Amino acid sequence: MEPVSRIRAGAVPFARANIDTDQILPARYLARPRDDNHGEYLFRDVRLAPDGSEVEDFPLNRPHWREARIVLGGANFACGSSRENAVWALYDHGIRAVIAPSFGDIFANNSVKNGMLAIVLPADAVAELMAEAEAEPGAEISVDLPAQTVTSAGGTVWQFDIDPFAKRSLLEGLDELAFTLTHADDIAAFERRIGRGNS
Amino acid sequence: MIEADANEPRTMFDKIWDAHRVLEREDGQTLLYVDRHLVHDGSAPAFEMLRKRGISPRAPERTFATPDHYVSTDPTERAAMTNEENRGMVEALERNAAASGFRLFGLKDGNQGIVHVVGPETGISQPGMLIVCGDSHTSTHGALGALAFGIGATEVAHVLGSQTLWQRRPLTMRITVDGELGYGVTAKDVILAIIARIGTAGATGHVMEYAGSAIRGLSMEGRLTLCNMSIEAGGRAGMVAPDETTYAYIAGRDFAPKGADWDTELARWRRLPSDPAALFDREVTLDGGAIAPMVTWGNSPEDALPIDGSIPNPDDEPDAARRAIMADNFAYMGLTADTPLESIAVNRVFIGSCTNGRIEDLRAAAAIAQGRRVAEGVTAWVVPGSAPVKRQAEAEGLDRIFIEAGFDWREAGCSMCLGTNGEIAAPGERVASTSNRNFRGRQGPGARTHLMGPAMAAAAAIEGRLTDVRRLMKDA
Repeated sequence: MEPVSRIRAGAVPFARANIDTDQILPARYLARPRDDNHGEYLFRDVRLAPDGSEVEDFPLNRPHWREARIVLGGANFACGSSRENAVWALYDHGIRAVIAPSFGDIFANNSVKNGMLAIVLPADAVAELMAEAEAEPGAEISVDLPAQTVTSAGGTVWQFDIDPFAKRSLLEGLDELAFTLTHADDIAAFERRIGRGNS
Repeated sequence: MIEADANEPRTMFDKIWDAHRVLEREDGQTLLYVDRHLVHDGSAPAFEMLRKRGISPRAPERTFATPDHYVSTDPTERAAMTNEENRGMVEALERNAAASGFRLFGLKDGNQGIVHVVGPETGISQPGMLIVCGDSHTSTHGALGALAFGIGATEVAHVLGSQTLWQRRPLTMRITVDGELGYGVTAKDVILAIIARIGTAGATGHVMEYAGSAIRGLSMEGRLTLCNMSIEAGGRAGMVAPDETTYAYIAGRDFAPKGADWDTELARWRRLPSDPAALFDREVTLDGGAIAPMVTWGNSPEDALPIDGSIPNPDDEPDAARRAIMADNFAYMGLTADTPLESIAVNRVFIGSCTNGRIEDLRAAAAIAQGRRVAEGVTAWVVPGSAPVKRQAEAEGLDRIFIEAGFDWREAGCSMCLGTNGEIAAPGERVASTSNRNFRGRQGPGARTHLMGPAMAAAAAIEGRLTDVRRLMKDA
């Protein structure tokens, strides 16, 4: 995966709580190979009308947010299905960080594995960022992973927590499986302890 | 295995977690060993990731697969497989199984079915195990006293390649439901009531353990329904302590331990339940006797109400953001405030899924359908959760009851729960569904889903509207 460190970009708000991964990537695109541009399927059924025309007031269709690289999400963003394709859709669209008060657990895990930050900030901080994005659409905010900060267009700085292992993986673009297999001896020792059958 | 301080009281989750630690990093990440990896026909991208890296699956003997997401449940189409996309996904799974050497219950295998029905039913899923699958409803298997959770495609590839996963220890939450469940109240109603109470993010970051007399009183299949929807409360996993109900369910199944192994395992399983003094990070209690048959009205599983209630009124909702979501849901669902739930007409009924596609579910639905007719204009499907469930139902004559009542009796698969195989409702159609998600578009673009238990869904089919099943039970 591509390393990620600092992002400075416009932020597009999705204020609703509980936006699920079925919304982000409808199930009928789940059989598409990873090489497909999943950005085309992103929010397909809410971004486009059944006839394929753009839904005018959908955030991603508004002129200033077309190039946004950061998503501001409502609480419990990307809950539901474990489909990693939801991350691929956001990533292929160009999104490199999602900031929300909370996430669906599986989405947050999937996000890290694909080089996209899932940043938890307090609800009032996310609300402030969203208000700013609405007031000045397209205004750039900054995400600094080494410093673990988000800086609003107006200059307010918030610190965020991130799992140290996830941070390292993102900064280095770490191949987690290759890393794990450096511990193959430990895994083999565990397997010898439990035997081949049941644990 | 790494043993914790023997004197410290531990939860069941703690015990299973501790028994699967391969190693721990100073930064708090733990490498956990996976006992059972379940794979389905949506898992192709993970195999592709592994292939590109030139890595072979580490423990195919711990990997079990069955096609479910992309199989047609129409007998004719299932045999012909004219849908190229569906065929491609099913054949990819067959190729991956052949290349990797793991056990596949293929399309024509007598054990094929929805992966979360197949695991418990075959005895592959057992107490104390760490079970993962690239599907969020893997929480189902926790009903056996296992730690089971869903993972994404990259993690599936990681498990295939290393038989392990890096995890940070989650928090624990105990949901205690005491009392006796009321007339007509099922496990589905219990879990919908729990989600309505704590919210769809109520258990985020937590592993949930369900406890209390109402839970102990549930059959194994009821517990599977309960744990299945833990993810709809945001839970990392859901679990129920194993007991005599669990052991009786597992005994004799194909992959269950036999003979002396059974005695060894049973002794181990009996040590799994949480120690009496074990502490949970959160405790929630519900009165089982106060739970009524439930139905959802909105686009989140937390939007669940007793069937004798009405659509809520946004004027009663103090929170502006929630009012806005309600308005959105009303527009999508074609509903208005204060409408009695029982007056809402349905077009379609779906009885099945990993939530409610087991034999007891079909028996409950058939008891309502028996001697009655599906309402004019309603299309009602019964989709068994697995081939064994289908055979059992047919042996009991349930298929005849459904067919004579006007239901469509189908083959096993995920079907209309998420419609990956193309089995969806039309825009604007209202579905009474025993599945797990009422998200917008879940059962097809524009489709309107109401979640409920299997007997409630059968009642909706008969009456042509959402119906309090207790009335039909009294008639019966």
